[in-house]
Amino acid sequence: MEYEEAKAKIVDELTKKQKSKSKFYFSDLAKIIESKPRDAKKLVNKMVEEEVLEYWSSGSTSMYGLKGTGKQAAAEHED
Amino acid sequence: MAKHETPMLDQLESGPWPSFVSDIKREAAIRAKNERNIEYQIPADVCEDLLGILELSFKHGRTHWKHGGIVGVFGYGGGVIGRYCDQPQKFPGVAHFHTIRVNQPAAKYYKTDYLKQICDLWELRGSGLTNMHGSTGDIILLGTTTPQLEEIFFELTHNMNQDLGGSGSNLRTPADCLGQSRCEYACYDTQHLCYTLTNEYQDELHRPAFPYKFKFKFDGCPNGCVASIARSDMSFIGTWRDDIRIDQEAVQAYIGGEIAPNAGAHAGRDWGKFDIHKEVINLCPTECMWMEGKELKIDNRECVRCMHCIDAMPRALRIGEDRGLSILVGAKAPILDGAQMGTLLVPFIKAEEPYDEIKEVIENVWDWWMEEGKNRERLGELMKRQGLQRMLEVTGLDPDPRMVQEPRHNPYIFWKEEEVEGGFERDVNEFRKHHQR
Repeated sequence: MEYEEAKAKIVDELTKKQKSKSKFYFSDLAKIIESKPRDAKKLVNKMVEEEVLEYWSSGSTSMYGLKGTGKQAAAEHED
Repeated sequence: MAKHETPMLDQLESGPWPSFVSDIKREAAIRAKNERNIEYQIPADVCEDLLGILELSFKHGRTHWKHGGIVGVFGYGGGVIGRYCDQPQKFPGVAHFHTIRVNQPAAKYYKTDYLKQICDLWELRGSGLTNMHGSTGDIILLGTTTPQLEEIFFELTHNMNQDLGGSGSNLRTPADCLGQSRCEYACYDTQHLCYTLTNEYQDELHRPAFPYKFKFKFDGCPNGCVASIARSDMSFIGTWRDDIRIDQEAVQAYIGGEIAPNAGAHAGRDWGKFDIHKEVINLCPTECMWMEGKELKIDNRECVRCMHCIDAMPRALRIGEDRGLSILVGAKAPILDGAQMGTLLVPFIKAEEPYDEIKEVIENVWDWWMEEGKNRERLGELMKRQGLQRMLEVTGLDPDPRMVQEPRHNPYIFWKEEEVEGGFERDVNEFRKHHQR
């Protein structure tokens, strides 16, 4: 899948789900863009580089979210 | 006078062992005095507030930490673990208290000036508290604030030639034993393989796309000083496939008492004269050793590499010359399914540069796990769920009796048509010639 198409799909899908959740597993993103993990990784990482997405980590598990969304972002930017 | 009263923590200092409470208090006192006039970039009383919040947690019987977050350095999905306290007004010094993982050098060899540098950096930009080392093996820098992260990362990477370690759903910082740098049992260069794979898999280390954590550990011999067999998803353990080398003269010297057994270890009390039968031969798990007159014999085919005889008589017995490593997969600590030890996947593989064969095994395993692994499912759990047979299919390895964990656990073998000569189709007329209806 082309980068721009993948980006549009992910932004669209994640925005739709914003009400119920703001953090997604890597596998959720791979499913949205219907790609194998290694191809999806390249695309997703480019989105992080471009600051469309951002990483979230509990320390043991990593997730992805649209940059600046979710409770955590609010908490971390409060100061 | 301490900033917070900490009666419960104080009690922890009363035992006979060194106490982390004393350590934190010491650092708190050093920061309060600030004899070196350091321009602390995070609150000077961070250590006092750390003690304060811990005391409060003890009092309430629940934690006041929130963990996880979007903190990190740009482009890295791991290496920084966000920590915040839920009482920032009471304990402003630890409102942010993020952890940074730093990739330790192979086998943890340090120069003192490096250690000084890292401590100076952490006094300036962090709490001054470190954990050398975390259970994965990295240097853990405890407690800093979000604005300091990029500064610390810049300093580490530009001036100290140092990288962050792994955390989250990443390849975690690989760890190894001292290997050939100091140990005659090492069957391959653990440091070189650890370093090579750390560099090769930078993307996996820093950009999370695995279902969960993944750990490599490297043991130079089956003594397993880093316990890779129990602590890593993929464990590389040195071994040999020819015979244990025997120096019969040295065997006699051990028997005669001229050489201390166990390289002089356990010498604190008198255990009596060294008895080769009691202390070595009869302890062999596969009973593959015996004396023929004055000669020690070993049936090497039966040797399971327990290392006991070599450890007991290191000057008489040496590892073989045809060396390499075994790869075991799927070990993990208990979260789901209980703790698991590694399962043998590759009985023997040569560990030679550029390690292409080893990389091929690794990448096949990852491809499978990345595609089939559920979120937060470790490799060992996927192996249990889909079976070792599937693991062998994806890695393209042939089954081997040495992969059998215990005999006759499951007497069924499910053959696929392509694995059976002639397939499942048969000539019924031909069959009926020999077998009546």
